[in-house]
Amino acid sequence: MGGAVELVVNGEKHQVKADPQTTLLEVLRDEIGLTGTKYGCGESQCGACTVLLGNEHVHACVTLVEEAVGKPVTTIEGLEQDGNLHPLQQAFLDEDAMQCAYCVPGMIMSAYALLRRIPHPTDEDILQHMHGNICRCGGYPRMVNAIKRAAGGKP
Amino acid sequence: MTTRQVTLSRRSLLKALGGGVIVFATTPDVIAKAWAQRGQNIPQVISAWVHVGADGQVTVFTGKAEVGQNARTSLTQGVAEELRVPVKDVRVTMADTDLVPYDMGTFGSRTTPTMLPQVRRAAASAREALIDLAADLWQIDRAKLVAVDGRIVGPKQTARYGELVKDKFLDKAIDESIALTAHKDWKVLGKPLHKVDGREFVTGRHKYASDIALPGMVHAKILRPPSYHAKLVTLDTKEVEALGGVRVVHDGDFVAVAAPTVREAEAALIKIRAEWTESSQPSNKELFALLKTSEPQTTLPAGQHRGRYTCEYIAHVPLEPRAAVANWSDGKLTVYTGSQRPFGVKSELVEALGLPESKVRVIVPDTGSGYGGKHTGEAAVEAARVSFKLGVPVKLVWSRTEEFTWAYFRPAGVVEVQSSVDDQGKLQSWIFDNYNSGGAGIGMPYDVNDPHTEFHEVESPLRQGSYRALAATFNNFARETHLDEVACALGMDTLQFRLHNLTNSRIQGVLTTAAQKFGWAPMEGGRGHGQGIACGIEKNSVVATAVEVFVNNGELTIIRVVTAFECGSIVNPEQLQNQVVGSLIMGLGGALWEEVLFADGKIKNAHLSRYRVPRFTDIPKIDCVLIDNANPSAGAGETPIIAIAPALGNAIFHATGKRLRDLPFKLS
Repeated sequence: MGGAVELVVNGEKHQVKADPQTTLLEVLRDEIGLTGTKYGCGESQCGACTVLLGNEHVHACVTLVEEAVGKPVTTIEGLEQDGNLHPLQQAFLDEDAMQCAYCVPGMIMSAYALLRRIPHPTDEDILQHMHGNICRCGGYPRMVNAIKRAAGGKP
Repeated sequence: MTTRQVTLSRRSLLKALGGGVIVFATTPDVIAKAWAQRGQNIPQVISAWVHVGADGQVTVFTGKAEVGQNARTSLTQGVAEELRVPVKDVRVTMADTDLVPYDMGTFGSRTTPTMLPQVRRAAASAREALIDLAADLWQIDRAKLVAVDGRIVGPKQTARYGELVKDKFLDKAIDESIALTAHKDWKVLGKPLHKVDGREFVTGRHKYASDIALPGMVHAKILRPPSYHAKLVTLDTKEVEALGGVRVVHDGDFVAVAAPTVREAEAALIKIRAEWTESSQPSNKELFALLKTSEPQTTLPAGQHRGRYTCEYIAHVPLEPRAAVANWSDGKLTVYTGSQRPFGVKSELVEALGLPESKVRVIVPDTGSGYGGKHTGEAAVEAARVSFKLGVPVKLVWSRTEEFTWAYFRPAGVVEVQSSVDDQGKLQSWIFDNYNSGGAGIGMPYDVNDPHTEFHEVESPLRQGSYRALAATFNNFARETHLDEVACALGMDTLQFRLHNLTNSRIQGVLTTAAQKFGWAPMEGGRGHGQGIACGIEKNSVVATAVEVFVNNGELTIIRVVTAFECGSIVNPEQLQNQVVGSLIMGLGGALWEEVLFADGKIKNAHLSRYRVPRFTDIPKIDCVLIDNANPSAGAGETPIIAIAPALGNAIFHATGKRLRDLPFKLS
């Protein structure tokens, strides 16, 4: 199906066999094997599949592979550097902002996009930006604290 | 999770763990017996539950599943406490039916009151056996030895556990009456501890069932009927079978396609031509009339207080939908799946495929939540049927729409309440009839002579099952709303009315704690501003929640929520707070928005875009007060959900004069 497409994911080049109309989510998970990006709804409602295309956070379940061509893709696996957690990852740990944690990669990626845009967000900035990410376990208050902590403010 | 756990049998696992050394077997027979105790017996030997390796690594075995309640963390604490080892030296192997003792399932808030003491007794017995071992070795009175920080220490001697067990093969019966470490002496239990393997999750490394990939694996999709109870009449798969790489599995009404990729499987599914016979089925409009099939047997004379309350079906919406990877290979079936009942799923597989128990293994990786919604193994059975037929590993991940449609719901229900009070404001009679939603939490915790409570089982139009706190949420809603109505009719403050009729000291405790923290004072409601309070007891834990709201033109603002919770000794205050706050937030969804819309055997809102769950911007300011004491610990993952809906509804009434008796609330 389809010809090869080149994607750059977490700084690495991948030749992807998938049809360009395939979702980025399926390619990341099943072809490249980066399963940190999760399926939750398939309709851009829950944010479990949040990744970055360039500086923009997108929902990979409704993003086609062809949209990702020529733009660097960053997934949760790309945040840790040389064994050091990204401050957001560390903050989610420190605040224990997780229960089943299925939403957590998407949460962190969404927050990552926020902090790149607004390094010191207000509570309202955080709530509005994170509105597209669902934590069904109801872990929202600690996640807000974690994002504030990562931004260098007091949780 | 470790890959070791995935690939090794129990016997080889034990070898690998101990470098050929198994701790605490007086004879190998004792060990063998423990391993052989399949069935539903609970093995009473240490080695079935706790293993100490020559490297000092402690491994715990439990049939409980980790679904976000963080039992892995609390069980780690319990074993570390009793065995006197650092938390980092404890690993918990959970929910792998080849490796762990039988367990009925992870539900009913049972892990903390039953499994935690079980592994603590095993660990404490292991500690005492280690002391015996050292006493023998050193020829010294065991009373002079203590276990501390992974070592046995005597007046002049010290040895790490690993050194003591090296080249030993020992087991002992668990001392069922062994004294567990007293609450006042807890050093690890009772303390905050983060999710023990949290790093695996924040890095995306943890493999949920839906993340597992096996060599040669294909992806399956299932042909779903257009409506419930539809029967397959004709099936034409010729077009699909002409596609390269796609295979069809057809057995009665079960039709699946399997392909190398998900998109190919999905494309193939569309090309199947199938005709079904469908039947006319009820909708939400007729629901409550259908459920209330009889009149309450006991009735009070006219003029007493009466109320009728309803709740719609709601969905669990675990963020990880049902998923399974099944592998039928070399005459054995191994299935990875997200579930709360690994052994229950195993039974389903045994039955569906006609395999002996010994040929089926279910492995439940830490799962993307359940909330009572993952007691059944549909995806596991479906994936297994395809793998069994094709002889290759098969992955099946349900779509969100499938999860909304083909799982099961929290029961809808109708409650009718009749009550009377005397002129002192004391409850005199209580008649409470629940239709369909269930008996959990139906008991009357207030003081009243001879209360009559009855759960009427009726036929449910939709498939229904367990849910966090089961019917306690709705029964509590009906009772606590009704009592607010009675208090209003009497002109009494709703908190005072409750305390006036309550001698249960635990409920009094949370009620007064919540009220105090809230700053409860009788207030004149109205003009859009109001406060409400509610309480409840379920599964041996108690909760009270107070809410302040502002309502403007039907638009609700929850200004703040205070909740007080008590479940005996707190095992881990940090995880407890997660459960209490999380339950409360989940409860907001059921109170305000969540309802399954259905007609003619179809779910009309089987999408997250049409089924509203709580989000970041919905969350009010929440104060959570956890009350600790020395009583045995009860579970806490369910009860905190039961007081928010009535507290909120009562607050809205006091703000607007509009009494809300139906869940979810319709404000305008």
